[in-house]
Amino acid sequence: MARSVNVDVKYLTRVEGHGNIVVNVKDGIVEECRLDIVEAPRFFEAMLRGRSIFEAQHITSRICGICACGHTISSIAAAEDAIGFTPSEQTTKLRKILLYQEMLDSHILHIYLLVAPDLLGVPSFVPLIDTHGNVVKRALRMKKACNDVCAVLAGRHIHPISSIVGGFTKIPGEKELDAMLDILYDMRPDMDSTVELIKTLAPAIPVFERETEYVALVTDDDEYPTLEGDLGSSDGLRLDKSEYLKITNEFVMPHSSAKHAKASRKSYMTGALARFNINSEKLNPKAKAVADALGMKPPIINPYMNTAAQLVECMHYMEESIAILEDLKANGTDQSEAITVGLNERNDIKVNKGLGVGAVEVPRGLLFHSYEVDETGKIENANCIIPTSQNVNNIEHDMSKLIHEILDKPDEEITLMFEMLVRAYDPCISCSAHFLDVEFINR
Amino acid sequence: MKRKTVAFFDFTCCEGCQLQVANFGEELLDILAAIDVVMFREVMSEKSDEYDVAIIEGSITTPHDVERIKEIRETATTVIALGSCASIGGINGMKNSFKLEDVQSYVYGEDGKNYFETIPTMAVHQVVDVDYFVHGCPIYPPEFVKILKYALQGLPYTVKDEAVCVECKLNENECMYEKGLTCLGPITKAGCNSWCINYGNICYGCRGMVKETTKNASIDVIKKYDIPMDWIMGKFDMYNKATESEEKK
Ligand code: SF4
Ligand code: SF4
Ligand code: SF4
Repeated sequence: MARSVNVDVKYLTRVEGHGNIVVNVKDGIVEECRLDIVEAPRFFEAMLRGRSIFEAQHITSRICGICACGHTISSIAAAEDAIGFTPSEQTTKLRKILLYQEMLDSHILHIYLLVAPDLLGVPSFVPLIDTHGNVVKRALRMKKACNDVCAVLAGRHIHPISSIVGGFTKIPGEKELDAMLDILYDMRPDMDSTVELIKTLAPAIPVFERETEYVALVTDDDEYPTLEGDLGSSDGLRLDKSEYLKITNEFVMPHSSAKHAKASRKSYMTGALARFNINSEKLNPKAKAVADALGMKPPIINPYMNTAAQLVECMHYMEESIAILEDLKANGTDQSEAITVGLNERNDIKVNKGLGVGAVEVPRGLLFHSYEVDETGKIENANCIIPTSQNVNNIEHDMSKLIHEILDKPDEEITLMFEMLVRAYDPCISCSAHFLDVEFINR
Repeated sequence: MKRKTVAFFDFTCCEGCQLQVANFGEELLDILAAIDVVMFREVMSEKSDEYDVAIIEGSITTPHDVERIKEIRETATTVIALGSCASIGGINGMKNSFKLEDVQSYVYGEDGKNYFETIPTMAVHQVVDVDYFVHGCPIYPPEFVKILKYALQGLPYTVKDEAVCVECKLNENECMYEKGLTCLGPITKAGCNSWCINYGNICYGCRGMVKETTKNASIDVIKKYDIPMDWIMGKFDMYNKATESEEKK
């Protein structure tokens, strides 16, 4: 029997930022499947023009509180690429810790506070305070631990202070390394309990499959790539990061309402599941064990499993942070690398004219920053493409397929399935940048 | 005493200040025990139209924002501006240094520019009355807890009109000017415990300017350094552009 469904979820809760889901089925025919973004535009790229490249990190970190370290690192990578600066090995290690801690922090928030309530059938984590007090406490404790590591390393997690173009303005000494290690050693039992919890909840993860292209950083070495690498895909694409617009191509043509091809297909997915599908053999052994325990083998084409991939990554990022810190502790940190930069008043950092790209894996997927600077370091052009704007297209394609599979379900169930799908992608709609995937319909 | 109902609202911002609150860890549960949070969209699906205290994060940047904040003001007995976006316009105010039409077409293209309505960035108090201000980008957690306590008891709280330098000296940091860098500490409101300088960076002025502002004197000092004049002005505008007309008040 042909059926009509009209789902209109306004102000999707428990995703960062504001999204509306619109699904319109008339007599069994899908007329519309849309994820609307109703976030107020913030115009970061426009505001950067004319400013010093040494301010780019400070400003773009404020695109998103959750991904502050990710924006920081991607912005710095783009800026250093543009002015022709190569960071030291120690700097790269410290940046990885920041990035890993943010991934961990964000994934924990997503798994516990945003997804677990769905799997337990409650509206939010608040009722869980009474029914699952220890679980909520553990989540908050783990989140705080990640924050505390970032605070020791960079002053704070939300808008880190000491991580700037050129390196770090303060280098952790032995005391700080120990403090960070202690926090992370203490986190280990909580991580094990988290894995146990998700194992018991995993059967509640919806089963829905759709083949798509997965995009993530790829490298030839054996480290799970996050900070450096080429752009790769499950369809065999491999491009230098400077060619990022070939993957996200439709975003450079905001005035064109025509749909442009993305990567190799209509849409692609970026994020934890994409990274898992492409790079799982490079995961830390303990993370591999988590994947095995959950029966996960790539390729996994169920987008709801993004949450499970995040859990696998949690173990990876915690263990890899510990490994870097132990290495720094064993070899000692070089305090003389601490930099004093400000607006580069002292010209300590040599600036060349150029165009640079930062392509960095952040919790929700690939994040691109790109700057063009003149010979004084003045920003002439800026661009930023966040993971969610790459994923929206893929979410809509998922929705279009999913609706046919659940048409016979009651409206509330359909609505919940859609909400859960969007939440699985962990969209960060509060991020300023472009949302041009959303067609410019009359709003 | 009946627990006050509290609702969080986010306007144009990065939501980092709400996250600072969520990052209190288990201490968050103590805070939640003292109040009754009825809305916190980022982590709750529950919604409510009734609340005593409205905690506002973000700047006012669209006509819809203006309507929404007015409705909130009518409902709430107490309004708290959380973070610099809300308290002084913050980083979003940089937009006001450009023509609106220019920023719109730069980001969304000639055809797309009209699809997203935008107005010059305003702090919350530029639209409705605000009872408490928590400055900072992001907020400094100890200050937030202190102000929340005052607000719940209905006691007045004003941020001291003192510069970041005062705290910076107490922390015995070597002054950035001595190191050859420029720093906005002398004209920026204290209260963050000179957070950025403690970690080797300069003060960017995120907490807004002290009232007895010595902006001109500071410009004279900064002029001596090797940076272009428009970058000096850009430094002042990074957080304070939206509320610059209020400097002399
Ligand atoms: S004040 Fe800063 S940290 Fe707070 S919401 Fe605004 S941009 Fe984010
Ligand atoms: S470093 Fe900045 S805040 Fe500290 S004393 Fe010098 S000018 Fe003031
Ligand atoms: S030092 Fe300046 S920029 Fe840093 S938190 Fe304090 S007021 Fe804000």
